[in-house]
Amino acid sequence: MEAQVTNTNTAAEQPVKQINFMKHRGLAVILSAVMVIASIVGLVYKGLNFGIDFTGGTIIELAYDKPANIETIRNTLRGNGFDDAVVQNFGSVEDVLIRIAPREGVNAATVSNHLMDVLKAQDSGFEMRRVEFVGPQVGDELTEDGALAVIYALLGILIYVALRFEFRFSVGSVVALIHDVVITLGVFAWTQAQFDLTVLAAILAVIGYSLNDTIVVFDRVRENFRTVREGSPVEVTNLAINQMLSRTIMTSLTTLIVLIALFFLGGEIIHNFAMALIVGIFVGTYSSTYVASAIALAMGVSKEDLMKPPKDSAGKEEREAELTRAFLEEEARREAREAAREAAKAAKQAK
Amino acid sequence: MFQTQAPIISNQYPAWKYFLLIVMTVLGLTYALPNIFGDDPAVQISPAKSVQFDASTQQKVTEALTQAGIAPKSVQFENGQFLIRLNNSDDQLKTKSVVKDLIGRQGVVALNLAPATPDFLRALGGQPMYLGLDLRGGVHFLMDVDMEAAVEKSYQRYLDEIRALLRNEKVRYLGIAYENQELMIKFRDLDGLAQAQTLLSNQYGREFLLTENTATAAPNLSVKLQPAAIKEAQAYALKQNITTLRNRINELGVAEPVIQQQGDRRIVVQLPGVQDTARAKEILGATATLEFRLVEEKGDPYQAKKTGYAPNGSEIYQFRDGRPILLQRRIIISGDNVINAQSGIDPQSGSPEVSITLDGVGGRKMMSVTKENIGNRMAVVFIENRTETTEVNGEKVKKRISTQDVINAATIRGQFSTRFQITGLDNPQEAQDLALLLRAGALAAPMEIVEERTIGPSLGKDNIEQGFMSVVVGFILVLILMAWRYKTFGLIANLALTLNLVLIFAVLSLLQATLTMPGIAGIVLTVGMAVDANVLIFERIREELKVSSIQSAIYAGYEKAFVTIADANITTLLAAIVLFSFGTGPIKGFAITLSIGIITSMFTAILGTRAIVNLLYGNKPVQKLSI
Repeated sequence: MEAQVTNTNTAAEQPVKQINFMKHRGLAVILSAVMVIASIVGLVYKGLNFGIDFTGGTIIELAYDKPANIETIRNTLRGNGFDDAVVQNFGSVEDVLIRIAPREGVNAATVSNHLMDVLKAQDSGFEMRRVEFVGPQVGDELTEDGALAVIYALLGILIYVALRFEFRFSVGSVVALIHDVVITLGVFAWTQAQFDLTVLAAILAVIGYSLNDTIVVFDRVRENFRTVREGSPVEVTNLAINQMLSRTIMTSLTTLIVLIALFFLGGEIIHNFAMALIVGIFVGTYSSTYVASAIALAMGVSKEDLMKPPKDSAGKEEREAELTRAFLEEEARREAREAAREAAKAAKQAK
Repeated sequence: MFQTQAPIISNQYPAWKYFLLIVMTVLGLTYALPNIFGDDPAVQISPAKSVQFDASTQQKVTEALTQAGIAPKSVQFENGQFLIRLNNSDDQLKTKSVVKDLIGRQGVVALNLAPATPDFLRALGGQPMYLGLDLRGGVHFLMDVDMEAAVEKSYQRYLDEIRALLRNEKVRYLGIAYENQELMIKFRDLDGLAQAQTLLSNQYGREFLLTENTATAAPNLSVKLQPAAIKEAQAYALKQNITTLRNRINELGVAEPVIQQQGDRRIVVQLPGVQDTARAKEILGATATLEFRLVEEKGDPYQAKKTGYAPNGSEIYQFRDGRPILLQRRIIISGDNVINAQSGIDPQSGSPEVSITLDGVGGRKMMSVTKENIGNRMAVVFIENRTETTEVNGEKVKKRISTQDVINAATIRGQFSTRFQITGLDNPQEAQDLALLLRAGALAAPMEIVEERTIGPSLGKDNIEQGFMSVVVGFILVLILMAWRYKTFGLIANLALTLNLVLIFAVLSLLQATLTMPGIAGIVLTVGMAVDANVLIFERIREELKVSSIQSAIYAGYEKAFVTIADANITTLLAAIVLFSFGTGPIKGFAITLSIGIITSMFTAILGTRAIVNLLYGNKPVQKLSI
């Protein structure tokens, strides 16, 4: 990021970083728009590579005791009425994954039995790892239920945030969530990584995580609006993001670390789940900073909207005073820094 | 709480909060502990219907095991069931065949993995987490019940009943037929129609929607089931199919099978540890039926069993416990005629009974037979056909097996037709079992397997290992990062994180919620996200340190971060609850661990770390915080 980072070291103060995040929100809008459009293009033209959870069909995973001859397996299956079988290696040369599209009118449960018999007749040196069969109607229902789950989750969040904060914040957070979901889906469309039930769960977890991030920032914005006497909404928001910056980095970092552990160590089945979350956390962290706040600001959130007294009024005044002090100090520092920069510039020009 | 205006903030906790924390820690450790001990290979023996095991059976089992040279770890006899724990899986297989020979059809012998939880933990209700099929191998079936067929079957039953009713009441009608979700009764004249209409609305007022049509040459009456009656028929079909499946699965000898309704037309069947899916499918698709036959009172059944010759016109049958009985060859009615069977108590004698409802055809037959046979006994025979795959000389041979058992023989006390009671049962349990068997004979509506997931045992094992590995690695990395970033406070947070993990395991074990692979992913995610609350607090304390004293910075850090933590976690919890209510299978598993993780992490991050911080720094003249 090409944000300006300036350190000012004075004797009494610790080094303080102040990044003017909101200054770049025009750039962020463009970046977000590009990513969302690219994702939608990917979704429309390439589509998601749905797993059998959604499409129906049969998946069989076999572990051969020696490197498997994919071509032989393919031919054996072709010779026995499984013309549409997709045979591929899965993880290692010994492991084979076979996919068969759903068939109308055939007693589905017998398909996998038949297939296993056919393969055993050719070479019985394998072990069945897993067989999954999903009927086409179950897949349809799942798509519906999954979409419903996402919509209900978003609605619930919209209402909660509107009640707890303010309507414009709630729009900001939900738009940010949709932004995150669309981009994560877009990554799955472009990479054609398989989209199955666990990935859907991951998408919903992304919603949870990204929301978590957004709420933390909003919470600080709300607090600043109530306690900081001066400063435009943009400045107040900027201050909140800066105050939350180390927290955001730290939490994202720990979460990413464990997800990377899951990505590499969790096994094939959980691989895509971890991938969805890794993408989601990057996008979610970015969107809670730029998308959610920028939208709330664009919709004109102002100090007055949040001047309702906080629920926990104990020690309110004291805290307000402290925060005002903190804010004023930071402002003063910023001014000092800008002055220094101006001076440096002037000095440079003078040279 | 304490005064905000007080000049010196001392950061002390009331004693009850420490106490609560200690109690939670002890409880958490206690209930998470069973997961460390792992499982023993075991053999589980449960009695078949209407058979009871007692101390003598236990003696027989122990003797047979000693004879076969097997030294079991322990033999438990609880709730009429045996659980034999063994030292290795070789012994397990040997024990299974020994016990199977001994018990025969009197019981179900199943291979099992019994948690090796020590007795003192078990006494406290401690159990290891319940592992999903993806973690231990097994089959998951989702069966779809054909509801249209269920309704049609229900119409067919009414058709017989109405026909019998009209005939008995001498109402003249031309014909009655089922077509397209309704029964159509045609009449010669309006008089018949009016009669039938009164009769039907009196008899079935609540179930039927009657529409008369007098415009055509032949006046007719359309009989439609009320929506409530249709719903009832469908609910009945689903329930009956579940019962039937349960009986059939019993035959498979699977420990801890799951047979559950899902939605309003689906049934989930989970068979942990089953590897032979072909056989599982055979058994689920098995057919069973019932026959009612008269008992041949002439002739000695024991003699007949010995010689193998039955008197003329009769056959030798056996009760489940092996007692022989002679039955007449002629079948009075079969299970197809049974519409319903329910257990209850005979109001006159106070003894248990089973009420049976037959269809019209069955009722007529039953009436004529009982009329002539008052005082004789009538037997109920349970017949089951299934295909068994056995290995002969290395080749798989499929064999149709039919077992026929007499489940009850009772004296006929009077003439009856469509509704009658079977009395003379020993206890309410037996009545319940009989009613169940009567209903369990056939499926109320055809079913189709719409989803099948089989996880091989080796994959299950791999999944556990990989899942465990990623939790451990992720966890350790987070601990290091926290300690590096927040020094002493980081170490405190790490204690809280560890407690959080212990609590998640404890709650999962206590709830016996199913742990699945996505569930493990949920735990991993929680580990990553659980630091958030601590990070928020610590960053806030750092911020406050710049402007206020150490004690008030700690206080303000916790207080101010609390609102943020609550808001952030409640919204995430909201998402998790939505996931739980709409999701199935893996999604549900993920939602459960995520919700539990959110709650426990709030507890440990706020209350837990604060307690330690207060103990370390509270009310002390601290010069510098290591944060």
